[in-house]
Amino acid sequence: MKAFLSVLAAFAVMGLAFWAYRENYATQAALDEVEQLEREIAGARDALSVLRAEWAYLNRPDRLRDLAELNFDRLNLLPLRPEQFGSVDQVAFPPEPGLLPLSVDPVDVIGIEEPQG
Amino acid sequence: MIRAPLRPLARILEARAKGENPDAIERENIRLRHEEQRDRARARAESRLFILALFFFCAFGTVGIRMGVLAATEPAEPRSAGSGLQILANRADIADRNGRILATNLVTYSLYAQPQQMTDPEGSARALGEIFPDLDTARLARDFTGERTFVWIKRRIAPEQMQAVHDIGDPGLLFGPREMRLYPNGALAAHVLGGAGFGREGVHSAEVIGRAGVEQTFDAWLRDPVNEGRPLQLSLDLTVQAAVEQVLAGGMMLMNAKGATAILMDAHTGEVLSLASLPDFDPNDRPLPPTSGDPSDSPLFNRAVQGVYELGSTFKTFAVAQALELGLVSPDTMIDTRSPMTYGRHRISDFRNYGPQLSVTDVIVKSSNVGTARIAMEIGGERQRAFLDSLGLLDPTALELAEAPGIKPLFPQRTWPEISTMTIAYGHGISASPVHLAAAYATIVNGGTRVTPTVLRNPTPARGARVISEETSALVRGMMRAAVEQGTATLAEVPGYAVGGKTGTADKPRRDGRGYEEDKVITTFAGFFPAEAPAYVLVVTLDEPVETSGPEPRRTAGWTAVPVAAEIIRRAAPLLGLRPEIETGEANGVTLARN
Repeated sequence: MKAFLSVLAAFAVMGLAFWAYRENYATQAALDEVEQLEREIAGARDALSVLRAEWAYLNRPDRLRDLAELNFDRLNLLPLRPEQFGSVDQVAFPPEPGLLPLSVDPVDVIGIEEPQG
Repeated sequence: MIRAPLRPLARILEARAKGENPDAIERENIRLRHEEQRDRARARAESRLFILALFFFCAFGTVGIRMGVLAATEPAEPRSAGSGLQILANRADIADRNGRILATNLVTYSLYAQPQQMTDPEGSARALGEIFPDLDTARLARDFTGERTFVWIKRRIAPEQMQAVHDIGDPGLLFGPREMRLYPNGALAAHVLGGAGFGREGVHSAEVIGRAGVEQTFDAWLRDPVNEGRPLQLSLDLTVQAAVEQVLAGGMMLMNAKGATAILMDAHTGEVLSLASLPDFDPNDRPLPPTSGDPSDSPLFNRAVQGVYELGSTFKTFAVAQALELGLVSPDTMIDTRSPMTYGRHRISDFRNYGPQLSVTDVIVKSSNVGTARIAMEIGGERQRAFLDSLGLLDPTALELAEAPGIKPLFPQRTWPEISTMTIAYGHGISASPVHLAAAYATIVNGGTRVTPTVLRNPTPARGARVISEETSALVRGMMRAAVEQGTATLAEVPGYAVGGKTGTADKPRRDGRGYEEDKVITTFAGFFPAEAPAYVLVVTLDEPVETSGPEPRRTAGWTAVPVAAEIIRRAAPLLGLRPEIETGEANGVTLARN
């Protein structure tokens, strides 16, 4: 009985050692992956900040103003003026989909047949 | 266990036969047995002690080795502790109120050389001279061939220049990363942002520190990693700032002015939406402060904050507001305005004679120095001083720019003589910056609560202390509206936006401190819009303007600062989302349509 317990304990120790070994390596691999991902994130963040800076640079008011002036014949952009404020009822809404378009010729809805009786 | 008998029969019988005491044998045997037992116990204890000692040795040995290893290895961050939030070492961005970037970072490279490692020093120096025309090739060649082991060549280089240097292919030319502060909008809001420069510098990195403006004020905040990359959000509006700067630059040119400044402030929260000061500079390439001449002529000079000027008639509003608040006058009270008025050896006169009497409203509308001086005499010096103090006109502003805390208004420090009471009422004998004026006007027109100017976005503004009552505020607004409708500031009329305001023209004091210049003036317009429910306060100041379209040059604010202010309102108000109160009809080419 005692011998059996000893053998069992020995196997248990070996099993646990194997498990701990594997966990250790799995953890290391996970940490490596995390580090790799963090490096990627940092790289992406750097790239993002560069892109953001570039976006801000390309959208600087001076440049937009020059572009609007260069392309005036196509875009006709002018600075916003007070007169350009409108009210909602000046906006032509698209007709609701269920309704018939107003421009269509009136449909003759009265039957052409003579009423019977 | 078989034990040896204590009284072996054979030996006992033998002893008995010899006549000896057999008990001696027993005692001897007991002794032997005890000895044997003791030896065994000792051996056992010894082995146990040995094992224990071994165990302790291993345990302490492990601790010792571990300590040695920990002490000898490079410190490393625990890899598993990271929760995904890594420390951002970057300086935080600066954004406007809508999150558009005003300042950010960019990694560039610096170029340095280690001449011992160079293969062809002279050739490299020549090649560098071709890439960077501003470099002194002969000096570089001398540095490369001399004793030096380390030579800085360029602090910041562009990527294409870096590639070109790479192509030289000399192993002694090396690059170090440099984080650089970038202001993508160029000179826009330059005086607010200030600028940044390198502090301590090494090969692998350099410290970026703020040199002026918010960069300097919030230097610690911008570097603090606790903010996790959150940008510093200012109250400026990029589009409004751009429009204001453009209009102001145009106005400055048309009016032949030396400098100009404009401040657009939220009348209730004190948030500065636009702060422009011309001439300006590019914070990406901040010029060095001037070592000679007048510092106020340098583009670095922030006229809005650092320019302490006598702001002239714009101060009349304060005298009248206080008199109304104290119940000394009503808008219709008639004031003696015979000009000139003499006080001791001083003479106060108006721009032109406005007749014997004017109502208080007309004193503002026509801008009568004499009338205001008489009102101020009724108020008295002590109360006037306390009132100006409550408007914040006697202390440095709380504006968060590095320059602001040092700028103290100039006024009679110890005594407040009666003549000062009179002149201060119409804005002479007291000098304040345009920011002071904007904050004081915001306080007067917003219903009477104290406004503290700020360049930070403040989503939860607190209402300041009450300075004047709602009724007084409304009366003063009415008077300033009248000044625009029929008084000195008629050119400030902007269709759709009821503008109210007050002009001010002040002679410039001479440099040598003796009296005033002949024909150099500072003209100011301080106004607000819309008049019924003021949302914004605008202060425009021009330095030495001359309007030359008429037969003779005109220098008053009504002809110089006011039209510029009107154009600013015309451009900025729609951008601020203020709806004009006019019919937009077919005349504007808008097609009316209705479903």
